[in-house]
Amino acid sequence: MKLFANLIKTLDSTNKTNVKVNALATYFEQAPEKDKVWTIAILSHRRPPRPVNTTLLRTWASELANIPLWLFEESYHIVGDLAETIALVIPSSTKSTTKTLTQFLEEMITLKKKTEQEKKTYLHENWKVLNYYERFVFTKLITGGFRIGVSQKLMTRALSKATQIDEDILAYKLMGNWDPNTISFQDLVLEEKESDFLSKPYPFYLAYAVENEVFDLGDISDWYAEHKWDGIRAQIIIRNREIFVWSRGEELVTDKYPEFQQFLDFIPDGTVLDGEILPFPNGEIGTFNDLQTRIGRKTISKNLLQKTPVILKAYDLLEWKGKDIRNLPFSKRRALLESLYEDILSLQTSEEHKIPLHLSEKMTFTSWSALAKERDRSRLVRSEGLMLKRKDSPYLVGRKKGDWWKWKVDPLTIDAVLTYAMRGHGRRSNLFTDYTFGLWNDDKTELVTFAKAYSGLTDAEFREVDKFIKANTLERFGPVRSVTPELVFEIAFEGIALSKRHKSGVATRFPRILRWRQDKKIEEANSLEDLKTLIPSNIQDS
Amino acid sequence: MPSRPLLEFTEKGIYCAVAKVYLDPWKPVDKAIITHGHADHSRWGHKQYITHHTNIPIIKHRLGDINVTGKTYGEMFSINNVTFSFHPAGHIIGSSQIRVEHKGEIWVFTGDYKVENDGISIPFEPIKCHTFITECTFGLPAFKWASQKDVFNDINNWWAENKSEGKTSILFGYSLGKAQRLLKYLNPEIGKIYTHGAIENMTNVIRPMVSFPETTLVTRDTKKEDFIGNIVIAPPSAHGSTWIRKMVPYVTASASGWMTFRGARRRRAIDKGFVLSDHCDWDGLLTAIKETGATKIITTHGYTEIFSKYLRELGYDARTEKTQYEGELAEIDTKKESEVIE
Repeated sequence: MKLFANLIKTLDSTNKTNVKVNALATYFEQAPEKDKVWTIAILSHRRPPRPVNTTLLRTWASELANIPLWLFEESYHIVGDLAETIALVIPSSTKSTTKTLTQFLEEMITLKKKTEQEKKTYLHENWKVLNYYERFVFTKLITGGFRIGVSQKLMTRALSKATQIDEDILAYKLMGNWDPNTISFQDLVLEEKESDFLSKPYPFYLAYAVENEVFDLGDISDWYAEHKWDGIRAQIIIRNREIFVWSRGEELVTDKYPEFQQFLDFIPDGTVLDGEILPFPNGEIGTFNDLQTRIGRKTISKNLLQKTPVILKAYDLLEWKGKDIRNLPFSKRRALLESLYEDILSLQTSEEHKIPLHLSEKMTFTSWSALAKERDRSRLVRSEGLMLKRKDSPYLVGRKKGDWWKWKVDPLTIDAVLTYAMRGHGRRSNLFTDYTFGLWNDDKTELVTFAKAYSGLTDAEFREVDKFIKANTLERFGPVRSVTPELVFEIAFEGIALSKRHKSGVATRFPRILRWRQDKKIEEANSLEDLKTLIPSNIQDS
Repeated sequence: MPSRPLLEFTEKGIYCAVAKVYLDPWKPVDKAIITHGHADHSRWGHKQYITHHTNIPIIKHRLGDINVTGKTYGEMFSINNVTFSFHPAGHIIGSSQIRVEHKGEIWVFTGDYKVENDGISIPFEPIKCHTFITECTFGLPAFKWASQKDVFNDINNWWAENKSEGKTSILFGYSLGKAQRLLKYLNPEIGKIYTHGAIENMTNVIRPMVSFPETTLVTRDTKKEDFIGNIVIAPPSAHGSTWIRKMVPYVTASASGWMTFRGARRRRAIDKGFVLSDHCDWDGLLTAIKETGATKIITTHGYTEIFSKYLRELGYDARTEKTQYEGELAEIDTKKESEVIE
């Protein structure tokens, strides 16, 4: 545990990628085999299920710290991280433990089934023998992931450095469903086995946003364009008469989308599709808001399935007839995908048997300005903008520049008033950085909440707004404060739709602060009516 | 009509109506009794200052020529039948609590204080009183300080490690107080100690009263290679400035109670945080309050409402008053520091 706690401490105390990679690589050279597997699991969000709920954690921590629960809660609001708060309030001891990371995790797995009293005893005993940082790490293992700026990519790089295995191969090996409790480091990382690959997706190829002018990309005849769909990026794998649906977060979500089971009747084994899961209510593409009703639900009711069915908008073919074809040029992969789609259509005998598979329409243009016009239509077809893909591009691993670009529509913006604030988490703990914004109602008598935003200001601006909030608090509601309406911010967002679930009647997508309008008074902020005029007309009608 | 309290909280500061004097006022007044030399406690523009004599050169260095009277610790002086005296607060050199007595009623105002002996200032002394006006900058159970000895072991090890990697160590600390405390306990056997001008000047004001290791002022003539392996003490405002550019390759650290929070360090893009404060931690505050024997507690700055609520649960008659003191916030708010010092 000492080794792992020290690793986390090093990772947490530097902003430099190289230092992180070196610390991880050194750890992978030194740590016990089982600990290595668990470390990979933890850093790729494969923690064991939470053995104790946070309510109990708070209660037992405040008991051990000998402080009232309300005081613990207040401290938590200010510290901004539960594990950190627990580690801080519990007094440090001079004792220590020699248990390994693996031992702790194995104990946590069995802990889940124990009685409350046993759980409490276990936590108290361990909190008492760990030093501050180990206590923090131990509690973090129970409460949630480590947000220490270590991406899967960075970890893979370090592992590659330590094992001399190619980074892309490692990325592939670490994907998918594996259980850190049973797999060995040898099996997971070092050894190659065919049977492991049945459910394994390929690492997704991700695009950067267009950096300068789009015509800098050169000859437009080298490029295909598609709309950039606003759903869930997914890979659908059909191998050995089984189907696997993977989301971009490397989550296996097959069970959440039962409608894709029909693919098995029409698509041969050894096929991997890349595309976007989109909501498709009433036979047309819905809003991301519609999709929200499907995300996060494990069991899908018949009713929901009928009300908000989904489709896959396919745009790439990664495996065909059991062969990895990612190195073929995109134009070839695309041609194979289109002929597969034709075959499927010809097999479907009636409308009733139509499977929820659509092709993302491939577009070619003769000029960049014609392309720009198509981009302006994006909101009408419910896309976020365009994707540009070089015709001869291979399917690369991870976010790479050059062959694929996203060219999103400019965000919509509106001027809103800061009405509520909450303290942030992580690097923003103890600062009020999470804001709620309001727009004027019809007769300009009341500010109606319409969005929350957490990003977009510089650290210096956050400090200044924080100071304003502390000096202008009207009321406190637990961690939330209402503030004197005085500050106006320009809020940007990607999409907009009517919504019954929102007080304002409108849902916005990805709201964030564009800038602080220090030049504006609250009377000059926009109204809810102004916001509603931004909703594209075809969406308003539906 | 109930009689006026001995000390009141007014627009201009803490006011003793009988004596017609203010304690650490934040707006210009005729007569001000001052706890210590930090900018939020000793402000510009009062007609007359009364403070512990050690503070005089420090305040004059900041504010220029002022009309000031110096006192020693424990020396009683009367204004309109109210008896005042200064007592050690242990916050920074010269820092004092102010004891106020009138007709048998005793109030104590702490200014800023800490209970650990830092070896530079005279250690905090609990004073028996009826009403205790206390800061609570770190009035949360999350704040617990390690001993100064352990922290400086860490700091010196960090410096030595940076040196072995051929890097310069840059340590940020507020020019008055923290910088001298760092300086006092750095191990000069590891290397040379460089200082930023603001820190060098303030340290020179204090040198006649405290012995410090030798320092070298960073000037335009200091060469790039002179820094390698050595340490530079700089005010927080130097972070990210062009001034530190010629110290590349360097590693930065900040020493403050706020470094308790992982987020505080990450937010400022500082490589390392040392938890070292000139204020009381949670246990320090509770011990200090208990030792005064006071039953009435007024909290002035910090996590005032939470802390008062807890004190009430412990049975004290505790409340919060609004003041303009900033505690250690001034230490890490770089903008403030540059306004004050440069």
